[in-house]
Amino acid sequence: MSFLLGRLGQTVLVLLVASFVAFALFRYVGDPVNNMVGQAASMADREAVRRALGLDDPMVVQFARFIGNALRGDFGISYRFGQPVAALIGERFPATLELSLISMVIATGLGVPLGVWTALHRGSVLSQVLLAVSLVGVALPTFLIGIALILIFSVGLGWLPSFGRGEVVALGGWTTGLLTVSGLKALVLPSVTLGVFQLALIMRLARAEMLEVMRTDFIRFAKARGLKPRAIEYRHALRNTLLPVITIVGLQFGNVFAFSIIVETVFQWPGLGLLVIQAIQFADVPLLAGYLVLIALCFAVINLAVDLAYVAIDPRVRGSRAAGRAT
Amino acid sequence: MNALLQVENLRVEIAARKRRLVAIDDVSFEIAAGEVLGVVGESGAGKSVTGTAVLGLLEAPAVQAGGRILFDGRRIDTLSEEGMRALRGKEIAAVFQDPLTSLDPLMTIGDQLTETMLTHLPMTRAEGEARAGELLAEVGIPAPRERLQAYPHELSGGMRQRVVLALAFCCAPRLIIADEPTTALDVSIQAQILDLLRRMCRERGTAVMLVTHDMGVIAEVADRVAVMYAGRVAEIGPTRQLIAHAAHPYTRGLMASIPSMRRREKELTQIPGAMPRPDAPVAGCAFHPRCPQAFARCAAERPPAFPVGAARVACWLADPAFEGVPA
Repeated sequence: MSFLLGRLGQTVLVLLVASFVAFALFRYVGDPVNNMVGQAASMADREAVRRALGLDDPMVVQFARFIGNALRGDFGISYRFGQPVAALIGERFPATLELSLISMVIATGLGVPLGVWTALHRGSVLSQVLLAVSLVGVALPTFLIGIALILIFSVGLGWLPSFGRGEVVALGGWTTGLLTVSGLKALVLPSVTLGVFQLALIMRLARAEMLEVMRTDFIRFAKARGLKPRAIEYRHALRNTLLPVITIVGLQFGNVFAFSIIVETVFQWPGLGLLVIQAIQFADVPLLAGYLVLIALCFAVINLAVDLAYVAIDPRVRGSRAAGRAT
Repeated sequence: MNALLQVENLRVEIAARKRRLVAIDDVSFEIAAGEVLGVVGESGAGKSVTGTAVLGLLEAPAVQAGGRILFDGRRIDTLSEEGMRALRGKEIAAVFQDPLTSLDPLMTIGDQLTETMLTHLPMTRAEGEARAGELLAEVGIPAPRERLQAYPHELSGGMRQRVVLALAFCCAPRLIIADEPTTALDVSIQAQILDLLRRMCRERGTAVMLVTHDMGVIAEVADRVAVMYAGRVAEIGPTRQLIAHAAHPYTRGLMASIPSMRRREKELTQIPGAMPRPDAPVAGCAFHPRCPQAFARCAAERPPAFPVGAARVACWLADPAFEGVPA
């Protein structure tokens, strides 16, 4: 329990630091007052605007105000779109989350079994082929994979759409493409493109970890106990393999989410990545700040989820209940 | 002699880059039911490899290249993988050196015990769990029923080695291969574990192949001793005879190098030189470069095992036809 509280404290600290960086954007990426008032405004007018926006307050007060607003989901108005940042992000968030989630499900769902299989059948030809292919998957740039897939499956075969999300269904404030055929079809190419690198990475990691675990003393002792190969491989080796794999899957999920920009550009996916590209081009500071805080929040939530998974799987993290009395 | 275990002319080779190194050559010994055979020698003498070969757990690049292993009169080195697995843990159990790493860290010790018994014995899970509790009590673990729920990291090293002993004994094996079972433990705990091992074997009539480099342990526990040197058996015979009248110069050297509290020594006695490594084998008797009594024949011809009293000694000095060193 204290372990979780500690982690929660760390999470809050990380979020505060990230918020401060986001907040600092306002101060150092140009003077917001200059962006708002016209060229002809007098010094007095500028001062009036500055005071009205509270920009003459001490930094600490401003930061506190920023945090207060952020807690209510208020990141101000986008310079570029003239709409509340929260609304803009909220509109795009589901698209990116669904995309990155599906690609990670594909990558993990295939990567772990393939990695384990290649580790257990180290000498086989298929295992060698899979390893070689996975190296290609790691080496190829994402945009190239995306363009190649579009060329084959959209242009050549005409099976799948090359851009957009297809039809989406609104569930409350959430728009999902998972419930319509065209939405699902539209998801295939971008999620595969986004997932290829992750799939190769997870597969190679799972393989390396599995090989490592199969060499440990407790696996040798399990063999000496005469356990069946299936029990040794899955009940003992696989569970011990999963711990580091979960960490990487969590970290990579954050990466996929934050850096889906390339794939969203290739497939014109109406997600956060596309929005951020525009925000960067127009120095849309409120939007950038809001995005930054959101990404930090995502990483924090994922890390917390990874910690929880560790607690569920690894008794050593849970802390020893009986140990205090045992020794 | 109706031996429980018979090892005849065992040869184990290790496939190196170009040639095959000989790890074990022409090793023969028997263990009678209920007997404790100590196997001593320096690191790299082939003690552990011999134990591993008996368990059928040699792994590439090590392979059995010759000889036979019989258990209860039945040849086991030619058994199928599945046939040998069924024997391991049930008829021939093992205890390895490091109790800290012999147990799966993610599984309770109760589950590891139950799992082993359910693999080999016709019993229900409930019966297995009940038996597991009894076993922990028999190996002297306090509050055994609660301890079933404990994970390995919650127990001390000595406690964990007791659990490993419980695992070795759980299917009532007739032979236990104990490979340096106390080396990794505190000296104060070594005696306890050794005592426990000896008591449990005596009560159950279990035979032990006790691999160790500690002559003190051998003197205390073993009925007979096999002294290994450079992958061969130098001398094998009753413990008392070996301690009192060792015939092989190497055995005598080993005995002399045991520090004694009675003799006041300025320096520890040691055998000068080092054991030849498998990649640089020595012609003739492998010990002759270090032997104080070596003569011409030792470098030319490898001595066979000559009977000396109840022992067998691989040394030309023990040859009944030997009539003093030729001038």
